Parts: sequence; structure tokens; C-alpha cells
Amino acid sequence: MEISVTVNGATHTSDVEPRTLLVHYVREHLGLTGTNVGCDTSSCGACSLHLDGEAVKSCTVLAVQADGTEITTIEGMAAADGTLHPMQQAFMENHGLQCGYCTPGMVMAATSLLQENPSPTEEDIRLGLEGNLCRCTGYHNIVQAVMACAAAPTA
Amino acid sequence: MIPAAFDYVRAGSAEEAVSLIAEHGEDAKFLAGGHSLLPLMKLRLAQPTVLIDIGRVNDLSYVRDGGDHVAIGALTRHMDVETSDVLREHAPLLAHAASHVGDPQVRHRGTIGGSIAHADPASDLPAATLALGATYVVQGPNGTREIAAADFYEGFLTTSMAADEMLTEIRVPKMGGAGWGFQKFNRRAQDWAIVGVAAWRRNGDAGVALVNMGSVPILASSVASALAGGASIDDAAEQAAAEADPQADLNASVEYRIHLAKVLTRRALEAASG
Repeated sequence: MEISVTVNGATHTSDVEPRTLLVHYVREHLGLTGTNVGCDTSSCGACSLHLDGEAVKSCTVLAVQADGTEITTIEGMAAADGTLHPMQQAFMENHGLQCGYCTPGMVMAATSLLQENPSPTEEDIRLGLEGNLCRCTGYHNIVQAVMACAAAPTA
Repeated sequence: MIPAAFDYVRAGSAEEAVSLIAEHGEDAKFLAGGHSLLPLMKLRLAQPTVLIDIGRVNDLSYVRDGGDHVAIGALTRHMDVETSDVLREHAPLLAHAASHVGDPQVRHRGTIGGSIAHADPASDLPAATLALGATYVVQGPNGTREIAAADFYEGFLTTSMAADEMLTEIRVPKMGGAGWGFQKFNRRAQDWAIVGVAAWRRNGDAGVALVNMGSVPILASSVASALAGGASIDDAAEQAAAEADPQADLNASVEYRIHLAKVLTRRALEAASG
């Protein structure tokens, strides 16, 4: 089936099998491998990306369901000149990553969270990231990074 | 994991969806947000040969003041149930329960109608709407009919909807002024409830329903009857498992589930009485 999606600002028209998962479409058809496959059971959040501006788990969305939508992946977060998105910058400055596997999903979930709640409490952030698991258990600094990003004037 | 191959068709309206399911028969399934169905398909626990995507039937995504009730379109996402001002005013128990479904990413995709039609006894919204005395509206080839929540759940993942019917609306009686409580006990934040309880009280009336205490969501009528008869919360909560038929699994034995149901019912009733 032919689908047309806008990913990180560029429109792609592709022929996909209906059973193709969005995460595989993004990684294998478009070559955007920043979005990771973790648990593959909509638990861990490593595959989170933005679908029409909201974080979703792309292992539990069919590519055909995304037909006509706008998608942002971790590759679309930094500016064209390489300037990091404020959330990426905050993760770097607060050591919000260890092995880095969960990080793309964490950044996508955290930016979605701040769009819905620009001034979250620490508790709001911990609840808001309940769908993202960090097997390094680096949650403390991840939460610090999101709090720093929320407090930053550019966020 | 990738689902087995299937044919994919899109419905633009409820009428079209019902017509497509009649055409494709029992091997077809409706796809709403997909957050119950797609995980089952990846595990081959469900293997429909045709998916009828109703996710774009946008006129079934709404929360409306219906006078004595609130009408919720079946394709309303959990996030929109959770944040609805109408529901927060008239049925805060349901808005709150929706905020406990899965995690934010799941709530951006999953729908109230999908959750109810899937009829997983471990899901929050079937029990929450059952406690509230909701009515479900379903559409079939010969028009629409209403099914009381109490008559809807027939067995594990099985409802009284016919194969060619589609859930279109959930009607929840307005509960302004009622106290309410929702308790969900799990090990990890995003998990299904090991046991959950939804409860409300207003004047002499009460409604209590249980999550994951049997093959269907359980209406704990004995608790409501005990309260109506003047029993204390502690005594009424002892009746919590009277209608339940819990199973043991990795998370809990039968005895532990019954214990949890009583404790969580007491806590939910205390919150509803506060």
C-alpha cells in the first residue's frame, strides 16, 4: 500500500506492506536508525517518536496508520546547523544518559511532556516518563535534565 | 516481532465500517488505536486476515454533555478522556481512571472504545464505566442499540456485541456531587493492575467495580448493598470479592487478589466518602 508521510520536514512516498511497523519503516525504509527498538512490546519507550506532535511508541503503530501524518524522530530535533535541541543540550549537561540506548525515546517523550505541561514538578516528570525504561537506571539525571530544560528560558 | 500478513482497509464512517465487517466476515477485526490489538497480533495471539482501520472516523472522537449523561465517542483517545473538562466536572472517576491507562504514549493512541470492545478484565476503563452504570451504544447493519455495561461483558475478551456490530458511543450518567475513588495496584507504573477498584458514593447509593478479579470486569454489588444497608466501610469492603472469580498468575495468587480487592475497596470507599 502506498503511504505518504512527512518525516523531519521531508515528504516521503513509499509502498509498504500493511503489517510494516512504523519503527521498521523509519529505520529500514528511511534509514533513520536513531529510533531504537527495545522491548518491541510497547513497554520500554525506546522507539518513541512524535506523530503529529505527540510522543507515541512506533513499535505499536502500523506505517499505514501513519499515512498522511507528520513525524519527528530524534534526527529531526537538532537544528540544521547542528545546534542541539534544548532537551538534547539539557541531557548532555546533566549527564542524562549512560549507555544511551533509551536516550532518543527519552528525549522524544520528554519534549512531548513539556509541550503538554511546560512547568512540570519533579513528580509530573517521573509520571510523565513512566513509559520509558532506562536499564542503566539513570533516572535521577534524566529527571534533572528535563527539569533543567523546563526551567531554561529557551525551552 | 512483526504481525502475520493481513489485508488492510480503511473506513471513513461507522456505516462504512459496519458494511466492511459484514463483507469480510469473522476473520476481520476493527483497528482503532491498535494498542490492545497490535500487541496480540505481534504475539500471534490474534491473527485477523483483514484489519478494518476505523482510526480515521474522526466524528466518533468527542466528549459531549448529553443532559443527564456525558456522551463519549468510541474513538476518543485516553488522553482526551483524561483531560476533558466535561468529564472532570461530571464523571471525574472516569477521567482519573483514563489517566492511569498505560503511559502517555499509549494514551496518545489508545481509545476508550477500543479498550471497552477489547474487554480485557485487567483494563481500567471497562471496570470504571461498569461502576458508573454506563450504557454502550453499538451500531450494526440494522441500526444502533444500547447495551448496559452490566450486560456487556460475557467472558474473557468476549462481549454481547455481535460480530457485525461496532461500539460507537459510551454514555456515562452525570455524577456531579458524588464522591469517588480509584485504586490501582501494580508493581511498575505502566503495568496493568494486579487488582484495581473503581468506586463512587452519593447519598445512599454506591457503585463499585473490580479490575482483574475474574474473566470479566466485576460489579461488586454486595459492597453497594452492604453500604445501602448501613454497613461501615470496613464491613462493606469485606464483601469486595463476593462476586469475583479471580485467577492466579505470576503476579498474585487467588488469596492475594482477594486480599487486595478488600483493601483497595476500603481505600476507594474512604476516598469516595472523604
